[in-house]
Amino acid sequence: MAMQLGALVRAASTVLLATAVSAAALAQEPLKVGFVYIGPTGDAGYTYAHDKGRKYMEEQLGDQVTSTYVENVAEGADSERVIRQLAKSGNELIFTTSFGYMNPTLKVAKQFPKVAFEHATGYKRSANVGTYMGRIYESRYLTGVIAGKMTKSNVVGYVGSFPIPEVVRGINAFTQGLRSVNPDATVKVVWVSSWYDPAKELEAAESLILQGADVISQHTDSAGPIQAAEAKGVYAFGYNSDMSLYGKNAHLSAAVFNWGPLYEAKARAVIDGSWKAEDVWLGLAAGYVDIAPMNDAVPADVQQLVMDLKQQIVDGKLHPFAGPLTNQAGEIVVAEGEVLADKEMLSMGYYVQGVEGELPK
Amino acid sequence: MFKVEKRPVESRLMGYLSPVLAAVLTLVSGALLFLLLGQSPLEGLYTFFVMPLSDLYGLSELGVKAAPILLCAMGLAVCYRAKVWNIGAEGQLLFGALIGSWAALQLLQVEGAWVLPLVLLAGALGGMFWGLIPALLRTHFNTNEILTTIMLNYIALNVLLYGVHGPLKDPDGYNFPESALFSESTLLPTLLDGTRVHIGVLFALLAVAVVWVLLSRTFIGFQIRVLGLDSRAAHYAGYNEKRLVIFVLMLCGGLAGLAGVLEVTGPIGQLVPQVSPGYGYAAIIVAFLGRLHPVGILLASLLMALVYMGGEMVQIELGLPQALTGLFQGMLLLYLLACDFLIHYRIRLGGRATASVAAPVSEGA
Repeated sequence: MAMQLGALVRAASTVLLATAVSAAALAQEPLKVGFVYIGPTGDAGYTYAHDKGRKYMEEQLGDQVTSTYVENVAEGADSERVIRQLAKSGNELIFTTSFGYMNPTLKVAKQFPKVAFEHATGYKRSANVGTYMGRIYESRYLTGVIAGKMTKSNVVGYVGSFPIPEVVRGINAFTQGLRSVNPDATVKVVWVSSWYDPAKELEAAESLILQGADVISQHTDSAGPIQAAEAKGVYAFGYNSDMSLYGKNAHLSAAVFNWGPLYEAKARAVIDGSWKAEDVWLGLAAGYVDIAPMNDAVPADVQQLVMDLKQQIVDGKLHPFAGPLTNQAGEIVVAEGEVLADKEMLSMGYYVQGVEGELPK
Repeated sequence: MFKVEKRPVESRLMGYLSPVLAAVLTLVSGALLFLLLGQSPLEGLYTFFVMPLSDLYGLSELGVKAAPILLCAMGLAVCYRAKVWNIGAEGQLLFGALIGSWAALQLLQVEGAWVLPLVLLAGALGGMFWGLIPALLRTHFNTNEILTTIMLNYIALNVLLYGVHGPLKDPDGYNFPESALFSESTLLPTLLDGTRVHIGVLFALLAVAVVWVLLSRTFIGFQIRVLGLDSRAAHYAGYNEKRLVIFVLMLCGGLAGLAGVLEVTGPIGQLVPQVSPGYGYAAIIVAFLGRLHPVGILLASLLMALVYMGGEMVQIELGLPQALTGLFQGMLLLYLLACDFLIHYRIRLGGRATASVAAPVSEGA
């Protein structure tokens, strides 16, 4: 019985595959693009930014694409079913936008070799699974510069999610920017062990303010830290998208993702047949990341400095991790005249000088 | 004019009819909801309730989704029959997943048919241990198990997070909070090619049978029911209440722990921070929806799983918001509770309802 059913499934999937192929052959049909989101599209942060990118892609490509999304998809057993269902429903390009979807995406991709999969923030790829991420640390460096100019207490707070390389890299880049203009300033980090927990993020920001921080930065997805800063009358930086709505006075700027151009480029590549599974990791130069418009509280000369530095990063003249780079212990990790290699950045597991406390292992 | 009066005895008919009525009301309200969202009500309901099951894969996924809920709910039903208010299936599930994963990760390089049973046993024992804690706290310190089990849920979650961020983290995983992928010999065999339906589904069905027999055919089951109906009667009959409390909590813990280890060795295949999207809590609803009866719980768990899948389906096919999942679950429960009113009361048109309201009638609930 099980054998027969197995054969049935195989037959069914062959039919499915055939339909997928014929759909691709009909170029006039709009490309169906699916998105899997970790949070609600109204989270004002991470998922909101991805959904903005999806809408941008639809605007740019008009009737060449249609898109669907599934929101609040848990990273456990459920995500594989959702990803598979999107593939089965005829989506030929599927973006899975959270790290925890990595292995489920790879599993589904094996069953749907004709579908292009793009996984955000992961490190595993296959024949039809590409990965993508923005070099948000470049934006972090710039917000660090603003923080260095705005802090009076020389203590800056940082709400972290999990001590993974991406987040550690952000803290380090921020600190590099901070200390490039204010060598006396230090960064205190509080880990909340969550990507999205408005109450916990708010509490973490409050505890940092209690410890003397007068500027707060965050690597979590809600506007909780901004709200805490607004209530306590200190400054803060948003993340993912412009969060100025949540703190008119507090919000100095934000390190933002601009997924739209990437989603447009990937969809175009699938339409014209040039798509291939690769790793895309681009930053300010490609327009995939940016900083949000600066608050009027930031003096004009600082705003000018930040824009100049941004241009230098775009032109490749400035690198947030240019040597000499020293770690917490004061050892030189990158020599003068060199920059930290991508490979080193992707596995960054140490704090640079200026970050207080110990990195959880 | 309508009059509400208490029935002299519970209506058996309404006992069966109430869930049906609740389902019909949910469907009607759902249809209205789809209409308000600018969708064809029939297409909406079809997409929500039928489309997820339109192929073999969908049916198999129903089993995958229902299995952990069913296992937890069976354990909870035994507790609730004894009036032991265990809210801790979630924590027991998570702790089982953690201990099972720990065992699986120790056995990455080991092959053999005994590896998987050992891992599953470790998970079940982990859950039992997590159920034993509130049991001992109640029997020895007279603490309220509602509070202790809820608190232990958070402790279990944080212990699991510690494990997955710390000692059980994949050494080659760039510090991401995930364990290494389990080896083939610690993964559950699937029942059908091309699907994720695993032998854990059979364990869940077995649990239904075992709990049914336990409750209706064994002396300990009888003791559990007596304890739930009247603890003083149980005391006079000489039943050992402490032993029974420990038994039901450990049984539930074992089943929930098994559910947890089945998730990590089955559909997930590694330890991740999000082992459970709240299965242990959903199981509380399922246990009551199923009237604490094994067959009722089986049906309720399938319905619950279907609502989750339907919510995903209307997002993909119709572009409707994910909040519909919660709305449908909420409506179902609300209507069921409302309809259950008719088990104990009846509504009369214009009748004089005086004497019967005042009559003291003992309630079975």
